[in-house]
Amino acid sequence: MEVKLLTRNFDRPESWTLDAYEKAGGYRAWKTAFALEPEALIQLVKDSGLRGRGGAGFPTGLKWSFVPKESSSPKYLCVNADESEPGTFKDRYLLEKDPHAVIEGILICCWAVGIHHAYIYVRGEFGLPLFRLRDAVREAYAKGYLGHDVDGHGFDLEVTVHRGGGAYICGEETGLIESLEGKKGQPRIKPPFPAVKGAFGGPTVVNNVETITTLPWIVEHGAAEYRKFGTEKSPGTKLFSVSGHVVRPGVYEIPLGLPCKELVYDLCGGISGGRTMKANIPGGSSVPVLTGAEAEAVNLDYESLAAAGTMLGSGGMIVLDDETCMVWTLAVLEKFYAHESCGQCTPCREGTGWLRDLVYRLEAGGGKSCDLETILSITRNMMGTTICVLADAAAMPAASFVQKFRGEFEAHVGAGHCPMRRRPAHFLTAAH
Amino acid sequence: MISHRKLDFRTLHFGGEEGKLIPALQKVQETDGYISRERILEIHRQSGVPLSQIYGVATFYAQFRFHPVGKNIVRVCHGTACHVSGAKGITEALEEELGVANGETTPDRQFTLDTVSCLGCCSLAPVIMINNDTYGNLLPKQIKKIVKGYREAAGGVVQP
Ligand SMILES: Cc1cc2nc3c(=O)[nH]c(=O)nc-3n(C[C@H](O)[C@H](O)[C@H](O)COP(=O)(O)O)c2cc1C
Ligand code: SF4
Ligand code: FES
Repeated sequence: MEVKLLTRNFDRPESWTLDAYEKAGGYRAWKTAFALEPEALIQLVKDSGLRGRGGAGFPTGLKWSFVPKESSSPKYLCVNADESEPGTFKDRYLLEKDPHAVIEGILICCWAVGIHHAYIYVRGEFGLPLFRLRDAVREAYAKGYLGHDVDGHGFDLEVTVHRGGGAYICGEETGLIESLEGKKGQPRIKPPFPAVKGAFGGPTVVNNVETITTLPWIVEHGAAEYRKFGTEKSPGTKLFSVSGHVVRPGVYEIPLGLPCKELVYDLCGGISGGRTMKANIPGGSSVPVLTGAEAEAVNLDYESLAAAGTMLGSGGMIVLDDETCMVWTLAVLEKFYAHESCGQCTPCREGTGWLRDLVYRLEAGGGKSCDLETILSITRNMMGTTICVLADAAAMPAASFVQKFRGEFEAHVGAGHCPMRRRPAHFLTAAH
Repeated sequence: MISHRKLDFRTLHFGGEEGKLIPALQKVQETDGYISRERILEIHRQSGVPLSQIYGVATFYAQFRFHPVGKNIVRVCHGTACHVSGAKGITEALEEELGVANGETTPDRQFTLDTVSCLGCCSLAPVIMINNDTYGNLLPKQIKKIVKGYREAAGGVVQP
């Protein structure tokens, strides 16, 4: 069953315009928010139990409370719209269909934390989402919702839309900040965390688009209403973007805790061509893979997925059918991470390259039986040893693919070709 | 051909409040279609940002190009969802239709072909983008017609 809190306006005609948003009751929640003391607003978000939707699931109200109230340097909000995790395409829809809800969320966050300048860091490849967002910001300025003295509260708020340059690592919060400052997007060592020292040296909140867009609903309806959806520890709804071998791929808003089965078989119409689900990557390409059977038994909330040995991540679910070669799929993934590693940390720079090369060789049927152990050993040396968690994001799929589909990997060893596809691999010749 | 449109980089403060180096490079690419050595020198002379830093930043981001490109940029998604939905067949159809391989530009400078990772619209897999237009749920046999549309609209706009 879908629950439409964030996607409530998606089906309205021209939902991205100011007019449509206001007609649907938009731009009222922030007035409620501005009537509250900032501390009370932060408390409200804490009470709602909202957790960050960008991947890590960190409690949003708690993150805001780490920002010092008084600061000699300006504070910033960075809305993370860099969405580049393979399989994830939910923020794109929010920006395209309801950009004013993003802006209203920004107003609420900035009032709560005392921020006067927000950046929206938009993925460089985005076309329509960027244009719609830019138009919406323009409309909001013209209407006096942004800029100098918002709503006569003596509160100034500038919003800058920044178009990224095309690098996955700029989705990592400190990579994003570096990039915003005009540098290479190489993540910083933490601490200090951005809440203390972030963009241009000032305390900075980094929040995902979906997190920010949830705020108007929470403010309007209250924390208790929000908690009516989802589970005790994972309250509310979450957007899942489902792709791969399902009949109806797309973005679905579901209450957290929904059985994965319901999403895959009811909402998405099951596996295409009447085949069966061999594997399921539930939270974006960086999380450990589940077998079809594991996926059918799991519920979609932070705790249940963790108990099943994987993560909710960004909610980018990739469904793979029984005709998919897992070695080949892993090769596609590892090629991506090897390309996107920013190169600062040796375990990540070297590890991602080695993983890619080993999996390529296996895929081509030229691997050795010791390669599987080598892959597992490399992943152990990558995890927890680097500046950011991109290394873990590359290692976790590799380890779980090999562990859970070991037979398929072994069948490739020395086979001279991919046994699933019965022809020589194209990977070694494909440009990369 | 580089347009000789004048661009002003004097207010570029590296690492300053505005972080304008990337927008400046984006501006160059929008104007010229790619980033030439001459333009990088121009940025350096006007702003004082060291050359090494300009090159470092420009080469870090996949978006920036250092060679002239075709009028139309064709990007084929090779992300996970597109891969499992037949991106390879789409790529082959494009290579055949355009007569160039990945990363190359047609001799008439109409098209540049690029493979990219996930374009962020996986529910439409397999996906290609031509300039800022997205095409999804593709079959290899549809490629000819799509490309034809751009051939006929010669004079299309160069997009970053
Ligand atoms: C390699 C890497 C890529 C990431 N990409 C994104 C991204 O595209 N979008 C996003 O919102 N968060 C991304 N994150 C997570 C951010 O670092 C950060 O946790 C998040 O934006 C915080 O917002 P939230 O608390 O609202 O989730 C990424 C993290 C890593 C390590
Ligand atoms: S883990 Fe990888 S991507 Fe992250 S900072 Fe280190 S080298 Fe860069
Ligand atoms: S994998 Fe092609 S758009 Fe995501």
